[in-house]
Amino acid sequence: MTAAAPHACALCLRRAFLIARLAPRIAGLLERPRERVAGLLALSESDLLAAVAGPDAPQLVEHLDRLDIGAERERLAEAGFVVLCRHSHAYPPLLLELGDPPAVLFALGRVEALDALRHEPAVAIVGTRNPSPYGNEVADSLGRGLGAAGVPVVSGLALGIDATAHRGCLSGKGVPVAVLACGPDVVYPRRHRRLHERVRESGLVISELPPGTQPFRWSFPARNRIMAGLARMTVVVEAADPSGSLITSDFARDLNRSVAAVPGRVTSRVAQGTNGLLKDGAVPITGTADVLDELFGAGMRSVPSVDPARPGPDDPRLARVLEAAERLGSVGEIAHAANLASGETRAALGRLEAEGYLVRRDLGGWERTLGGGEPLVED
Amino acid sequence: MLACVATFALDGVSSHEVTVEVDVRRGLATFTLVGLPDRAVRESRERVRAALLNSELEFPQQRLTVNLAPAHVRKAGPGFDLAIAVGLLAASGQVPDDALGRCALCGELSLTGEIRPVRGALAAALGARRAGYRSLLVPEANASEAALVEGIEVRGIPTLKRLADLLHGRWAAEPALPSAPSPPEHETGHDLADVRGQEDAKRALEIAAAGGHNMLMIGPPGAGKTMLARRVPGILPPPTFEEALEVTQVHSAAGIGNGKLATERPFRAPHHTISAQGLVGGGNRPMPGEITLAHRGVLFLDELPEFGRAAIDALRQPLEEGYVEIMRGQRTLEFPANAMVVAACNRCPCARPPDDCSCTALELARYRRRLSGPLLDRIDLVSQVDHVPALQLVGSERKPQPGSAQIRERVMRARERQHARLAGTGALCNGDMDGRLTRRKVQLDAALTASVLAARDRLNLSGRGHDRVLRVARTIADLDDREQLRDTDLDEALSYRLEGGEALAA
Repeated sequence: MTAAAPHACALCLRRAFLIARLAPRIAGLLERPRERVAGLLALSESDLLAAVAGPDAPQLVEHLDRLDIGAERERLAEAGFVVLCRHSHAYPPLLLELGDPPAVLFALGRVEALDALRHEPAVAIVGTRNPSPYGNEVADSLGRGLGAAGVPVVSGLALGIDATAHRGCLSGKGVPVAVLACGPDVVYPRRHRRLHERVRESGLVISELPPGTQPFRWSFPARNRIMAGLARMTVVVEAADPSGSLITSDFARDLNRSVAAVPGRVTSRVAQGTNGLLKDGAVPITGTADVLDELFGAGMRSVPSVDPARPGPDDPRLARVLEAAERLGSVGEIAHAANLASGETRAALGRLEAEGYLVRRDLGGWERTLGGGEPLVED
Repeated sequence: MLACVATFALDGVSSHEVTVEVDVRRGLATFTLVGLPDRAVRESRERVRAALLNSELEFPQQRLTVNLAPAHVRKAGPGFDLAIAVGLLAASGQVPDDALGRCALCGELSLTGEIRPVRGALAAALGARRAGYRSLLVPEANASEAALVEGIEVRGIPTLKRLADLLHGRWAAEPALPSAPSPPEHETGHDLADVRGQEDAKRALEIAAAGGHNMLMIGPPGAGKTMLARRVPGILPPPTFEEALEVTQVHSAAGIGNGKLATERPFRAPHHTISAQGLVGGGNRPMPGEITLAHRGVLFLDELPEFGRAAIDALRQPLEEGYVEIMRGQRTLEFPANAMVVAACNRCPCARPPDDCSCTALELARYRRRLSGPLLDRIDLVSQVDHVPALQLVGSERKPQPGSAQIRERVMRARERQHARLAGTGALCNGDMDGRLTRRKVQLDAALTASVLAARDRLNLSGRGHDRVLRVARTIADLDDREQLRDTDLDEALSYRLEGGEALAA
């Protein structure tokens, strides 16, 4: 059941390059990108040219005709890009259900991740760029749980929930899939350079735009349609209303896929979008198990144990402190529960952290790591 | 006739000698004052005239020229009054001038002829001793403070009339006795035994005090951060005589002293709206800032992220060098600024408990970024201060709490070990050690080195973070009266570092 080698036919590549050429014009054309971009990208080449390029159309056609697609293909392959068009067997089949599936996907990362996308139902985790600690916690735990369960986690590499979901998936040793609104090699936002790298190492970074293309406002909702199209289910963790995350969930609903939302505080601005979705009948998500139940049927797949690999520390004192640190926030309480002096408790906490059982939370407090493996590095 | 009188002018927190030369000539009655006097000095003419006349002395109706030498240094303040008056008396032959060569004097005059106290009498006494004067005449109110300096006779003078009597030999003032020390701190009621619970913070405070480390307390408002910080001077070793003299000198120069020798280390808690100038000193006439007022004591910065960027940045040099340099015109002033910094902040901007927190990631990131900068680099320990649960309050009441005196003894023992180890390096305690000294003086055996390197890799410690851990571990061992470091010392030190602090400080 090996995957067919990814391939892109000349016509599809021609179309991808056309869209890249037209990208700045589309930006100028669209005021409300949300409504119109989807239909626009479904147009045929001549209609698209007529709609967007106007009088420059002949020039563009001439440019495309001159383009040596074969040489371009070679150049891309040499630079390490995986390029596949909608006629390729490697193309994610779910994506074809879109009215305007991307002609070509440009990807960076592990080719095997494409197999995972074809054989396992993927879940998109999306949300606000400015989440609360609660939202981050949930996104991290969902990403981690789904990653550990072998479900590819699709997100957009944006700040906030997207990044946390990717990181969670990485720490769950799962397959992260980042869909970008720019070329797959362009890191946006820039501060996610390291995260971009890590996603590439364990999963895929994909885009319908050729390498080097900068992001445009319209390309974000266009990207959202790909996220919704790749995933069997879209989970919104925290979202204001209106927001880009709700655009993704709209696409998912239009495709007749599951839309799920994490309940939030009714007073919180970033919970308005999610609570609204729940009122409209979205699946409420309280944990990884809810997602797995929705995907595979209740109880068909269980959440992998949080800490399967690593036994607790041998030293009974360390074990006691670890157990207390999981439940309690302050050193004083931990010392009290473990019946140790403050200095001894500190020493135990320091050791547990050095051995990777615990990580610090922002400005105080500890939490248990998954498997005691790698620390959650700030990318 | 000409008369010369020596006086001492406050300059920062020390003093420099100023010679008041008075020339009295026959001619039109005028009064000329030269030598870069400021307004207060120029006004001294009126005070001197009235004070002389009200003391049954004569204001010579002749051509009077007063020069304040050296003439190129700006003179400020009313402290020259007495010297000018005495110079006039001597130059007009109303008092013999033979006694004036060996003594210096300073004081402000009231119109009645009384001598009013001045700021910085202690600094004047130190300056006079350094310049080789055998005797110093100061306002009576400053006498006991100035007498703290040994090796110079200080006499307190109540009025100008009395001073004339003294110079005539008609009155013999007894040399003043040094002031009795201020009441010690434990009587003022700041004892750590009063703080229930907070074992973690207390432990961190003890380590910080023992090693002279700067520290940061993180916790919700009202949990007791200020209460704990207020008790740090009480567990630091009591100041030596020299240190006490420095503290008294600074406070006298700033005009906040009580004229007595300080017996406790100062504690300063400036509000977070303070300017950079207020924190490190400055001004047209340079005044010591809070860091100087906290010299040899504790500077407490509550709500650290709320302090202005400029103010915190200004602290960098003093924290590294132990003094403040202030440039004014062609001159550079140096204020001592060797204080231990205790800072405090909340866990997040909304300051609610973690489960109730409504801060967004952006707000948190911004808050933490404001924490960063040069100060974090100098903070060795971070501790948590949380509300003490009622149950624990009751529980700990049964256990006797170690008092400040007991902790201070342990701290002093630890400091002795450090003095012995650091002799000849210029550092006094572990907190003073720079990176190189840390690596030279904190010796690890092979097993510990390996474990530190492993922790460094896993926790992404920077070079500086690594040094901080070593310094704190050294102090923990010193507190335990051990020369040999153990792995538990390093583990405990690891747990006091600021998580992600390396990334922030970079």
